[in-house]
Amino acid sequence: MFRPMRDPGAPAAAPLRFTFDGAPMTARAGDTVAAALLANGVSVNRHTPVSGAPRGAYCMMGVCFECLVVIDGVGNRQGCLVPLEEGMRIETQRGPRQAEALSQEIGA
Amino acid sequence: MNRVTDVSALKEQYDLVVVGAGPAGLSAAATAAELGLSVLLADENPAPGGQIYRAVTTTPVQRREVLGEDYWRGQPIVQRFERSAADYAARTTVWTVGRTELMSGGEGFEVGVSADGQARLIDARHVILATGALERPMPIPGWTLPGVMTAGAAQIALKSAGIVPDGRVVLAGCGPLLYLLASQLQSAGANIVAVLDTTERGNALAAAGALPDFLLSPYLAKGLKLMLAARRKLRFVGGVTGLRAEGEGRVKQVVVERGSARETIACDMLLLHQGVIPNVNMTSAVGCEQVWDEQGHCWAPKLDAWFGASVPGISIAGDGAGIGGAESAALRGEVAALEAARRVGRIDEADRDRRAASVRATLARAMRGRRFLDVLYRPAKAFLAPKDAATVVCRCEEVTAGQLRETTRKLGVQGPNQMKTFLRCGMGPCQGRLCGPTVTEIIAEERGVAPAEVGYYRLRPPVKPVTLGELANLPKTEAAVKAVCR
Ligand code: FES
Repeated sequence: MFRPMRDPGAPAAAPLRFTFDGAPMTARAGDTVAAALLANGVSVNRHTPVSGAPRGAYCMMGVCFECLVVIDGVGNRQGCLVPLEEGMRIETQRGPRQAEALSQEIGA
Repeated sequence: MNRVTDVSALKEQYDLVVVGAGPAGLSAAATAAELGLSVLLADENPAPGGQIYRAVTTTPVQRREVLGEDYWRGQPIVQRFERSAADYAARTTVWTVGRTELMSGGEGFEVGVSADGQARLIDARHVILATGALERPMPIPGWTLPGVMTAGAAQIALKSAGIVPDGRVVLAGCGPLLYLLASQLQSAGANIVAVLDTTERGNALAAAGALPDFLLSPYLAKGLKLMLAARRKLRFVGGVTGLRAEGEGRVKQVVVERGSARETIACDMLLLHQGVIPNVNMTSAVGCEQVWDEQGHCWAPKLDAWFGASVPGISIAGDGAGIGGAESAALRGEVAALEAARRVGRIDEADRDRRAASVRATLARAMRGRRFLDVLYRPAKAFLAPKDAATVVCRCEEVTAGQLRETTRKLGVQGPNQMKTFLRCGMGPCQGRLCGPTVTEIIAEERGVAPAEVGYYRLRPPVKPVTLGELANLPKTEAAVKAVCR
C-alpha cells in the first residue's frame, strides 16, 4: 500500500510495536493508526455492516469513516484520528460495533 | 499557547471558542488572544496545521523541496499561535454548538467537546467555526475498492507520516491540488504511471473571461509552474470522459474512456480528486443558513462582511466559508476574530475597522484568480452524477446511483431529506459528507432542476459520533441534577 519515503534528514526514532488481527507490526512514533496500517501494507481494515464489503482508509482526515477499526477491544474507532501507541491491539472492524463492548462502556 | 489534554481542565467559559486548527482557526485564535480575549482552540488532529499545513511542526519529511515552499508557510502561522495565550485542545472533537443563556449572563453558546472518551459542555460568548474544506466526492464505479483513496489522503499520509504510495500509482480527476500532489509524490519517489485529467475541454473557453484577473493572481506563477513540471515528467492523459476502478477485493486496474476510445491501465493505487468544497456539516448543523454557490458549484454558508453567519455570534472563517485557499484562510480568520473582539467588547468599531483595513487589502489580492480556477476546473457532469446504475454513491449505507435515480423518478422525491427516509443515504457515520453533493446532483438531474432548488441534507448535532457512555458521564450542573432528582 504505502512505504516510507527515503529521507536521510528524517529523525530516526525507535519504532512502536503493535498488532493487527494478531500479526505483529511496527510503525513510526507519531503516526496515526491508519497511517501505521497503510505503512504495513494493510489495505483492508473494515467490512461494511450492510454487505460485508472490504474497505480501507479513504480520506485520512476524519470525514469518511472508512478507517474504522477495533482498538484494544473498543470498536468503531477512527484510525486516522487516533495516534498509534506502543502495544496497541488493533483489529478489523467487522460490521457494526459489537453490543457487548457497548454495554461494558455504559456500565449496563 | 497552553495545551489542554484533559477536558476537565478546560475553563467553564471562554470569550471565544474556535473550532479547527488550520490556517483560519490558528490565525483567528492568535488574533483574538493577542487582543486579550480568553480563547479555546479545539481541533481533532494531534497537531496544528489543519489539512493544508498538516503536521507542519511534526512532519518526518525534512527535505523541504518535497512538500514545496507553500507548505512551510504554515510554520510562522503556527508559531504565532504558539506565542499567544490561547488554550489549545488537540485530538478534541466538537460535536455540538447550541445557543444558550450563559451562566455569567447574556446570550452565548454551549459547546460540546470530547477527548479521549470524556465529554464536556463549555460556554462560549462567540464561536468561530474554521472547519475547512473536504474533497468533492468523485463517485466512479469501483471507488469503494481498497487501494482507491483521495489524492488529499495520500498527501496527508505523506505530510504526517512520511509515507508514499507503493507500486504503480494512477492519479485521476482535475484541479490544482491534483497537479500539486502529482509533483509532491513524484519528488517523494512514488511511481506515478499516469495522471488522468477529467477537465472538460469546453471549460477553458468559459474561463477565458476570468483570465485577466487570473493573470494578476498569485496562483499564476505557482500553479502553472507545478502543472508544467508535472506534465513534462509524467504521463498526462487529457480529455478523460469516463473512469472505472476494477479489481477483486482491491484495485487492480483502471479503465479509462476518452470519448469512444478505451484503455486499461494496471495499477496498485488509484488516487481521486476533483476539487474541494466547504465542509458544511458543522456550520449547517448549528443552524447557519447555506446558499448555493454557482461559481464554486457547491453549498456555502451565508455570511456578512465580517464572516458572521446567519446565527448571531457564530462566524465562519477559512475554506469552510467558501474555497479561497490557505493564504486567504488565515486572513479571513483574522477578520473574523476582530469582529469577535468587538462583539465581546474588547475593541470598539473604529479600532476593528482600522485593524481590518490592511488585512482586507491583502485578502482581496489573495482571492484574485479564484474565479478562473473555479470555472476551468468545474467537474464534468459525468463525475458529479454517475450514469452507471451500480456505482455506490452513499459509501456508508451502500446506496447506488441507480437506486437514487429510480426512487427520484418513481416516487417523485423532491430532495435529499426525503430520499433519506426511503434509502437511508446520508444516515451512516459520515453523515452525508461523502454522498450529499452527489445525491443533490442526481436528484436535480432527474427532476430537471438546478441543485439549488433540490437543497441539501438537513444536518443535526451531534455532528460527530459521541458514545452513549460519554453522554451519560457528562458532568452535570447543579440545575440539571435538580431538574431530575427531587
Ligand atoms: S480515513 Fe476517512 S475518516 Fe479516517
